[in-house]
Amino acid sequence: MTVGLEHFLVVGALLFCLGLAVALSKRNAIGVLMGIELMLNAVNLTLLSFSRFQDTPHKVAGQTFVVFVITVAAAEAAVALALAVSVYRNRQTVDVDQLNLLKS
Amino acid sequence: MNGLDLVGPQLAVLVAAAIILLVDALLPDHRRIMPFIAIAGLIASALWTTSWVVRDDYQSAFGGTLSLDRYAVFFYYLFAGITVTVVLASIDWVNREGRGQGEYYMLVLITCSGLMFLSAARDLITIFVALEISSIPQYILAGWGKDARSSEAGLKYLMLGAIASALLLYGMALLYGVSGSTLLPEIATFVANEGAANRSLLIVAMVLLIAGFGFKMAVVPFQMWVPDVYQGAPTPVTAFLSVGSKAAAFAVVLRIFFEAFRADVVSDDWSMIFAVLAAASMILGNLMAIVQTDIKRMLGYSSIAQAGNFMVGLAAISVSGHEFTLGASAVLLFLATYAFTNLGAFVAIIAISQKIGSDQIKDYAGLWQRSPFLAAGLAFCLVSLTGIPPTAGFWAKMYIFNAGIRADLLWLVIIGVLSSLVSAFYYLSVARQMFLGASEETGKLRTSPAIGLSLSAAVVGVLVFGIVPMPLISAAEHAVTIFATK
Repeated sequence: MTVGLEHFLVVGALLFCLGLAVALSKRNAIGVLMGIELMLNAVNLTLLSFSRFQDTPHKVAGQTFVVFVITVAAAEAAVALALAVSVYRNRQTVDVDQLNLLKS
Repeated sequence: MNGLDLVGPQLAVLVAAAIILLVDALLPDHRRIMPFIAIAGLIASALWTTSWVVRDDYQSAFGGTLSLDRYAVFFYYLFAGITVTVVLASIDWVNREGRGQGEYYMLVLITCSGLMFLSAARDLITIFVALEISSIPQYILAGWGKDARSSEAGLKYLMLGAIASALLLYGMALLYGVSGSTLLPEIATFVANEGAANRSLLIVAMVLLIAGFGFKMAVVPFQMWVPDVYQGAPTPVTAFLSVGSKAAAFAVVLRIFFEAFRADVVSDDWSMIFAVLAAASMILGNLMAIVQTDIKRMLGYSSIAQAGNFMVGLAAISVSGHEFTLGASAVLLFLATYAFTNLGAFVAIIAISQKIGSDQIKDYAGLWQRSPFLAAGLAFCLVSLTGIPPTAGFWAKMYIFNAGIRADLLWLVIIGVLSSLVSAFYYLSVARQMFLGASEETGKLRTSPAIGLSLSAAVVGVLVFGIVPMPLISAAEHAVTIFATK
């Protein structure tokens, strides 16, 4: 059996769903952020496999896209951790279920 | 246009941001001039855009990834205007907050540059990067306040925003994989020629894109962050994200769907999705707004309902010929009037909450006696949000519902009109509280010149375009000519 495009896409889709499940079910904010990271890396895998297996004039666009996703994800993680620290200082917890000050 | 001229408007804004940081670090005694540097940068940006309009020099730049056309120019002006108003409205709050003044204005300006790039982007990678340039500073700004509520709002906004951008990216990855390109014109060619064979995959990609942008547009079912973030974030920041990121998201959605997905094979599908989302947003937003006691939370739900109104224009595409762009021009007209009406309302709320120290609607009682200017300004903006003449909001609603009727979406327009009637109830109950309610406090509220200027500008704009709407309508119609006839 040769490993083809569809195998990579299936792994990408599974990773993405796994990440989404983690992001939506974890109660710890850091766990949610790890889930988001998993989703972004699933997207990277999908983009790279499309770029590798397709013979289009825009082959390099997929790889460029991945570089930007990695960079932006790093920036986002930095801001996310800073905000998590800020919440922890105010509330002594980063449990998303206890972030309930904002209610009508 | 060549070289730096292509990014001139954004460059002017970013240079102003850099100067502000230098002033903050090197001239701590002159921090008071920082907001004026920001405004100077935004005016320079608008003048630069005007130089393109005067030269009639529109083109696509950087290998087609940016399209500097009439459509982008319309939004460049809109974002510069929004940001000037937000900077003016922030001055008092930032001075009182004390810390990180330079960084605050810098983040506002970086967001503005990201919004501008977003309205000109014509390539999936550029759209994604521009979206994040405008989003990440807004996450920081939402968590800017010292209190626990603000940090909580910032973290919630970031986590849900990051999930939304991951969904968006997955949609973009599928679109790239199926079409083999990230450029919107080439995707459009693919959809027109081979769309039928790949229809199911295209629909999955479209749904993911709508989910990602739906978060920024704040439509049902991606609205859950809106009330919390609107309530928790500092009020000037709430004002900014309620109009800025919403307008940019609609700008880019219009460009993607009217350009890349315009072919008949998928256009009926997305028109239907937008119609359903519009109806759900209008109903849920207006019903939930009625029961709110916090005015920022109420405006949060009202902004969901307004996003539903805009979306009627996105759904209204089933007409052919030159009327194909009628819905698009209605969205632009509505975005521009909504931006200034909502900003006006928020400016009044910023001033009021600083004086009375509360965002509860019941504490607005008797405001008319204490500050006739703020009460009248806020009431006028709320009247415009309801859509009662002679305000600009009336023409915006007329125009967008007209586009809906022409596109055979009568059921959607009926929902829209009925939900506007419901909205009159909660908008005008705030006005009733201010004019007829009695307050224990009787001291007069004084407003600062910056607040006075921005509120008067918003009110005058809403009134002038309410009486003479034609210039704004023709500007919106002119901008969407880039999506030529179908």
